[in-house]
This record gives sequence, structure tokens and C-alpha cells, in this order.
Amino acid sequence: MKILVCIKQVPQKDAPLKLNAAGTWIHEDVSYEVNEPDAYALEEALRQKEKHGGEVVVLTAGPARAQQVLREALAKGADRAIHLEDEKFVQLDSANTARAIHAAIAQESFDLIVTGLQSDDFGAAQTGVLLAEILGIPHATIIIGIEKTDTGLRLKRELEAGHYQHIETTMPALLTIQSGINKLRYATLIGIKQAKMKPVRKVTWADVESKISPNLQQIVRLYVPEKQKRTEMMEGPAPEVARKVVDYLRTAARVI
Amino acid sequence: MAFKFKGVDFIGFDALLSSDELMARDTARQFIEDNLIPIIEECNREGRFPRELIKPMGALGFFGANLEGYGCAGMSNVEYGLVTQEFERGDSGLRSFVSVQSALVMYPIYTFGSDEQKDYWLPQLATGEKLGCFGLTEPDFGSNPGGMRTRAVKSGDEYILNGEKMWITSGTLADVAVIWAKVEDEDGLVRGFLVETDRPGFTAYDVHGKWSLRASVTSGLSLQDVRIPAKNLLPLTGGLKSPLMCLNQARYGISWGAIGAAMSCYDTALQYSLLRKQFREQPIASHQLVQEKLTWMISEITKAQLLALQVGRLKDSGKVGHEHISMAKRNNVWMALECARMARDILGGNGITDDYPIMRHMMNLESVKTYEGTHDIHTLIIGQSVTGVPAY
Ligand SMILES: Cc1cc2nc3c(=O)[nH]c(=O)nc-3n(C[C@H](O)[C@H](O)[C@H](O)COP(=O)(O)OP(=O)(O)OC[C@H]3O[C@@H](n4cnc5c(N)ncnc54)[C@H](O)[C@@H]3O)c2cc1C
Repeated sequence: MKILVCIKQVPQKDAPLKLNAAGTWIHEDVSYEVNEPDAYALEEALRQKEKHGGEVVVLTAGPARAQQVLREALAKGADRAIHLEDEKFVQLDSANTARAIHAAIAQESFDLIVTGLQSDDFGAAQTGVLLAEILGIPHATIIIGIEKTDTGLRLKRELEAGHYQHIETTMPALLTIQSGINKLRYATLIGIKQAKMKPVRKVTWADVESKISPNLQQIVRLYVPEKQKRTEMMEGPAPEVARKVVDYLRTAARVI
Repeated sequence: MAFKFKGVDFIGFDALLSSDELMARDTARQFIEDNLIPIIEECNREGRFPRELIKPMGALGFFGANLEGYGCAGMSNVEYGLVTQEFERGDSGLRSFVSVQSALVMYPIYTFGSDEQKDYWLPQLATGEKLGCFGLTEPDFGSNPGGMRTRAVKSGDEYILNGEKMWITSGTLADVAVIWAKVEDEDGLVRGFLVETDRPGFTAYDVHGKWSLRASVTSGLSLQDVRIPAKNLLPLTGGLKSPLMCLNQARYGISWGAIGAAMSCYDTALQYSLLRKQFREQPIASHQLVQEKLTWMISEITKAQLLALQVGRLKDSGKVGHEHISMAKRNNVWMALECARMARDILGGNGITDDYPIMRHMMNLESVKTYEGTHDIHTLIIGQSVTGVPAY
């Protein structure tokens, strides 16, 4: 199985975020890490390769710093990497990111493409789905189980409220992976050393620019949630206060 | 309950590290967070070495990480140091186990061993299938190992070893002991021998009642007419400088390890001081005296990082002197012990319990201050280096 894993580098989960002057994005002076569900997507790809043979290729779109997520993936066992390297990739919306990835892998043919369910920063959950659409291949989202069959894949999806769905698909296919589908491995120290020898193909902005259109989606304003803590004291005898509380919960808070 | 470790980097130290160095550190950090932190307080209480971590550590390449070939990772010294830091952030005992296996057992076989010895032992030691220990110290000779009484006598194609070794980390766990002895036919020259621990006449017993390094095994070894084939001699050893070369490797690792223990104490104290409120509902972090302690700690940790890194860079470029390593070991263990004491103070009563890692680090660091050359012996090494006058 030839598998592509799309990985995004996102700000670290507990990084203190500061907004930029325009209030449209954050200051980029934070620490970064692999987007969590993407790490699970990589792990799943490595496991499928271990079971069925083949190749695992990892891809990211982002500035030079994003190469770290590729190095980590190579250290964990991916065979080679593709880096769409430019600052400008950070600001692309999901549709344009999918187009850029599509252009970058035009010469390749993968049996399976896996991405994380969504990115921890933008949270749109669209890039994978749109990439499948452009490629004209089936996709399935929120995957928590993958089994190869003679005809394709048997998949388990996570639905709401503890429900699951079992579906089948032919290959090639694109899956977006849910965190927790497997147990992540560590990069071994030998793996870290070997990663240096593995090929990383660079794709420039100019290489894919012709496929990119103006963003359809824009961040208009980004803000820290404003505190709205109000305390109302209700006084009087208990039965009266209880009545007031019930009344409040019904009419003002509308929770009962 | 203890706080989740957040890492310590005041001056953008990470920017001095390559991406491989960061990755090696992060792998070790994650491994320790997932596998050691949940069990270490129990291990420390019970005086139990976490054997279950040997195989996973081997699989990730933590043994002999800075050696080339034989299944070893071939890490640089800085990468190896950062891994050591993360291990000691967890516990000095587990770090001691890894240091002994790597720097005091695999390194001498790698450096002084025959091809046959290397081919046989190194791959198995790298995976953790086989374990080793290093026997230099004796009941009567610690800081002055040159006085050792252990003797090796050549008899046909065998050596016969007699002597007592004390304070030997992993002694009762080991499959092979690197034993340092004076060879009678060679004018009492100190040489190293590989002694399989199942040889008749070899016994090991554990030191009990330790209040330090409780998650690590410390043993005494007794060798009574232990016969080993002559090919078990480490052929390239010759004189006291051979074991001292091993100690240099281990001391270097300790200089990073101590930073890890200090980071754990500092990070705990910082997080605690922001939560704990005393007087006017204010966190204790708002008091000047508490801030002074936190400032002292973060300053010393930062200086220690820079010292260890520079010594590591010197080591990687083949320019390090043993006196440089002595400075890093001496300074960094001292500052870590001071950090542990200050951090304990900041936690007040809570600081003495094993709900937090501080008291464990403090007790561990007392051993770390003594072994691999005591603080004062390193003072004398640096003193000799700058004055040219030995004062031992
Ligand atoms: C937990 C633990 C694990 C150990 N693991 C190992 C191991 O795996 N292998 C091994 O071989 N050894 C090991 N050691 C031994 C360790 O290296 C020795 O304890 C150390 O070298 C000090 O020797 P000592 O304990 O005999 O103290 P001593 O040498 O008796 O020193 C006692 C005090 O006297 C001071 N002193 C001694 N000489 C002088 C001098 N000339 N000038 C000024 N002050 C001096 C010292 O600085 C110290 O303060 C371990 C020790 C411990 C505690």
C-alpha cells in the first residue's frame, strides 16, 4: 500500500497565544508541534505499512519551521517527505491548501491518503475532504478503525453520542483520522539518526501558485473571549429564594 | 498532586539546539512522562527498580546511545546529554542505571574491548537483554581508587580474581561486571576484566537502608578465586586512566542529568507558588522572598545549561578536557541540590511528602554529589588544572 499522510504543524496546545496587531491571527513567536490527530494518522499509516507492506510518504505545507514535523515523521518510520515550503501556505484556506497539495502530488498515485480529522488551530476539518473531491476519490471522516479487505477497506467511524458506523470503501480513498485510534509510538534514537538520510522533496510556492485562487474564506476578526461573569445575590427566606432561583433558571437562564 | 512538567527554558536555550537534538530530548521526555512518572513515587517508596522499563528503553535506543554501530544509535554527545537530562528529570536512580549500562559498561567494552568482546556483548547490552555493572570502588577505597586491593593473577590461560567491591550500581542485576583490578604480574597495573556474574566465587548482595537512589539497585560484590578466561581481559586497558576515562563519560552525562532534577524541582516550586495562597488571599509567588528563590533557581539552571552545552560541544569536537567535565559535574550537581532545597522550602509542609518529586530528588542528589568523584574531589581536579599543583 502506498500511503500519503498530510501533517500540519500547529501552535503547541498550552502555548500562550498573543494576537497580531491586525487581530486576524496570532503572533508566530510560539512553540509548535504536530497537530494531534495527524500524529494518529501517521501512526495508522505506519501500522498499515507494517501489516501490508508498501511506502509511507508524509507531506506538510508551511514555512521552514514546519520541516520539524516531517523530520519527526521520518524518525518514526515514514520513508520520505514532501514539503510545500513557504510562509504563504499558512494563510491559505482549506480549499486552497487542498489544491496546493493536489498540485504537489500530481506525479504520484497513492492507494490511501490519511489526514487528521481537523487541525487544532483553524479547526475547519475540510482540507482532507476537499482534497478527496479534487482527486475524485471516495473519502470517509472521523475514522477510528481501518481494516484492509480483498476489495478495499472496512472502516469504523465515530458518530455522536457513542454510536459507531461501519462502512466499506474501495481504494484509492482518503480518510480523516480521529485522535486515539491507536497508541502513538516514540521516535527511536536510531530512527532520529536515520531520518537525516531520507529524502525530502521541496515544493515551492511558484510550483503550485497557478492552481491557487483567492481565498474563499477569511478570518475577519480573532479575539480572546470576553469575560462576562455576573453574580446576582438573591436574599430572603429560603422558600422565597428557591422560587426566585427557579424563576430565574426558567426565564433568564432558560436552562429548565 | 504533582504538576505536569512544562519544560524550563528562560533564555531561548532551545534555539541553540539542532532539530535532531530537540527530537532526541523530546522522545526521552515523552517516554519518561508516560512510563516513569506514573510509577516513580511507588518505586521510590518500595525501594524497587522498575525492571519493566529495561526492554522499552533498549528498544528506543537509550543504552549506549552515543556509541556507533552494534545496534547503538550513534548520537552526538549533546543529544546524549539531553536524553540524560530528561531521565534525571524523572529520577536520578533510573538515570544512574542508564549511565552505568551506557558509560561504564558499554563504553569500556567499546573502547578497550577486543572485536570478539564487542561483537558478543554490545548488541545485547544495547537492547537490554544483558545488563552490566562497573566495579571500581571498594569498601576502603572510594575517592582514591588507586589504592584498590582487588588483584588479578594470571594462571595459564586464565586470570584468578580476588577482592571486594562496594557501592556498585546494578550489581545484583548484572549479567556482566566490568571489574577493575591490579594485575600482579604486571607490576600492579590496573586493568579491566569482564566477569560474567554466574562464575563460581562471584557473589553480589544489595545495600539496604538507602535513603537515596531508592529506585536503583546498589550492591556489594565479592570475588573469591573467580576464574575467568584470559580473553576476558579488556585488552586496551592499562592503568588507572582507563577507568577514569569511563568515569569521564558518566560524569559528563551527570552534568546534564542534574539539570533535569533541578528543572523538576524548579517547575514544581513555580507552579505551586502560583497556586498556594497565604496572607490576603495572595499566591505565595507574589512575595519577594519567594521570588528571590525562584530567580536564583532559574538563573542557576540557565547557567548550568550553557555550561553543559559548551562542554558537550567541546566533547563532540574532540576538544574537551577532563577538568571541563569536572566543572560541569561539580557545578551542576551542586546547583541542583540547592534548587531541591529551595524548592522544598517553597512547598512548605507539602514539600516533604512524595506527593511531589522534590524530596526524592533532594535525597537522590546527595548520592549524585558523592559518586563519580565527590564535589570536593572535583574541586581539587579544577584546582590542579588552574594552579598546576595537585592537592589531593
Ligand atoms: C548510590 C551510589 C552508587 C555508586 N555506584 C558506583 C558504581 O556503580 N561503581 C563504582 O565503582 N562506584 C560506585 N559508587 C561509589 C562512589 O564512586 C564513591 O562513593 C565515591 O567515589 C566516594 O567514595 P567514598 O564513598 O569511599 O567516600 P570517601 O572517598 O571516603 O570520601 C569521603 C569524604 O572525604 C572527602 N575526601 C576524600 N579524599 C579527599 C581529599 N584528598 N581531599 C579532600 N577531601 C577528600 C570526599 O570529598 C568526601 O567528602 C557509588 C556510590 C553511591 C553512593
